Amino acid sequence: MATTVGAGTRQAAGGQKRRSRGRGARRRNWLGGAAGWLWLLIVIVPVYWIVITSFKTQSNYFLTNPFAPPTEPTLDNYQLVIESNFVRYFVNSTVVAVGAVVPTVLVSFMAAYAIVRAGDEGRLLRLVNSLFLMGLAIPLQAAIIPVYLIVIRLQMYDTLLAIILPSIAFAIPLSVLVLSNFIRDVPKELFDSMRVDGASEWSTLWHLAFPLTRPALVTVSIYNGLAIWNGFLLPLILTQSPDQRTLPLALWTFQGQYSVNVPAVLASVVLTALPILALYVLGRRQLLSGLTAGFSK
Amino acid sequence: MALPALLVFVAFAVVPLVGVLFLSFTSWDGIGVIRPAGFDTWRSVLRDPGLPHALWVTFVVIALSWAVQTPLSILLGVFLAGRQRYREFLAVLFIVPLLLSSAAIAITYKALLDPNFGLGAGLNIPLLTQDWLGKPTLAMGVIIFVVSWQYIPFHTLIYQGAVRQIPRSMYEAAQLDGAGRVRTFFRITLPQLKYTIITSSTLMVVGSLVFFDLIFVLTEGGPGDATRVLALDMYKRGFQANLMGPASAIAVILVLVGLALALLLRRIGGGGSSASQLEGM
Repeated sequence: MATTVGAGTRQAAGGQKRRSRGRGARRRNWLGGAAGWLWLLIVIVPVYWIVITSFKTQSNYFLTNPFAPPTEPTLDNYQLVIESNFVRYFVNSTVVAVGAVVPTVLVSFMAAYAIVRAGDEGRLLRLVNSLFLMGLAIPLQAAIIPVYLIVIRLQMYDTLLAIILPSIAFAIPLSVLVLSNFIRDVPKELFDSMRVDGASEWSTLWHLAFPLTRPALVTVSIYNGLAIWNGFLLPLILTQSPDQRTLPLALWTFQGQYSVNVPAVLASVVLTALPILALYVLGRRQLLSGLTAGFSK
Repeated sequence: MALPALLVFVAFAVVPLVGVLFLSFTSWDGIGVIRPAGFDTWRSVLRDPGLPHALWVTFVVIALSWAVQTPLSILLGVFLAGRQRYREFLAVLFIVPLLLSSAAIAITYKALLDPNFGLGAGLNIPLLTQDWLGKPTLAMGVIIFVVSWQYIPFHTLIYQGAVRQIPRSMYEAAQLDGAGRVRTFFRITLPQLKYTIITSSTLMVVGSLVFFDLIFVLTEGGPGDATRVLALDMYKRGFQANLMGPASAIAVILVLVGLALALLLRRIGGGGSSASQLEGM
């Protein structure tokens, strides 16, 4: 808590250095600090355990201290995971994530643009907008049975497309919300000058709004991409054959098969988390903004 | 231009939402013909003692996970709002659980807590070598812990952002008035976070209402039905017992409870704040 106070203190320091400095020292946020480091431990210990254990042999795992690094590190667990068709599951997850995120962002962007440009005049579009806003409140879980029925009737059961289409539908409301807030910030004069130059709405959309909203597009892509990559319910219900499994589902079935082989199970966890962690290292700031898309500014 | 988005959204979100209400008045085994059943489905669901139990378990999960997550997230968010470098470093590591899938997290904790092969057995600490997921109270505790482990980072981020937006001048004024740290927190930081608390709580409550992945993998509702929350109850009735009618009724209840909770939180927040905050962001 005192962090904020501390920050304020430091800012105020300019004129009254001595006084605030003395205060700053006393005003350490012990409670926050303790909680911070404790929480770090709670986060790091399991992660550390997962990683080191995934390099242990099964027999070694039972004999050694669980927190000791492996004496003879092995890649056997990873080999077992990869031989269990995880490359296929990885491809499936990628297809689903990309196949859902790209259309989501495109159609949401177009919708957001139309909604913002129509402003208060477009009655119909305002109605559409409030429909999307209400959509924020629809939980996927509650709609899953009819989604299953629709997918069966469309003969899409047990295909990746069956996962992709509902994923898009449930990603649209938040995407439209975030994107339209962003497009609203584009100065009106820019749109007007495009029109004066004789540009159509369509080309204004792509040549003006699209480049200007790029940060928001990235944010929305990351937020949706992560949610869909980690999604479990849709693959569980809408697919059946091993060939169509995505990674989270594959993890679950792998664990069911090898529950006694803890190192192998943990290797599968590490392997499936690796792409996301790599992305995190590469673009931390983008990812952070994506994680809280629309919920904080 | 809004048409493509509208079409997909209506086909796979709006139609299902209306459809679930329709299906709750039918009997369907998931494969065969859908037959109208009138109010029979609802009568059987509402008479089933499984429903109040699932509602109670869901309520416990919502209340406990809120009570654990909110104070911790505020504390950590305020702490991380400071701009010292080591805090940035902490923030980098804090986010990791948020990147993992619920399935991966549940699988990890299942392995970690296993009484025979898990951490407790490896360290030979009897206190840790319990049948964590085999006893009702312990299993519930584990779920609350794992949920918090996964979602506290998200809410911490929200609070961190919000705290950074509180005008510095307010703290300067408080300091001139000689207010202490605790007092400043309760008089300035907390009131300024009011709308953030409402938003974060709404997300938490509505989110915990529909928890599925984590509990499904971790306990599958067990032991017995000690952790059988509404969403799991719906899945088991529908996709394991092939009773899609009753399962749809549970789904309708899920939506109604969700709306009621969201409206309740909005009222607590002082009318319309959470929606307008969502829109205004």
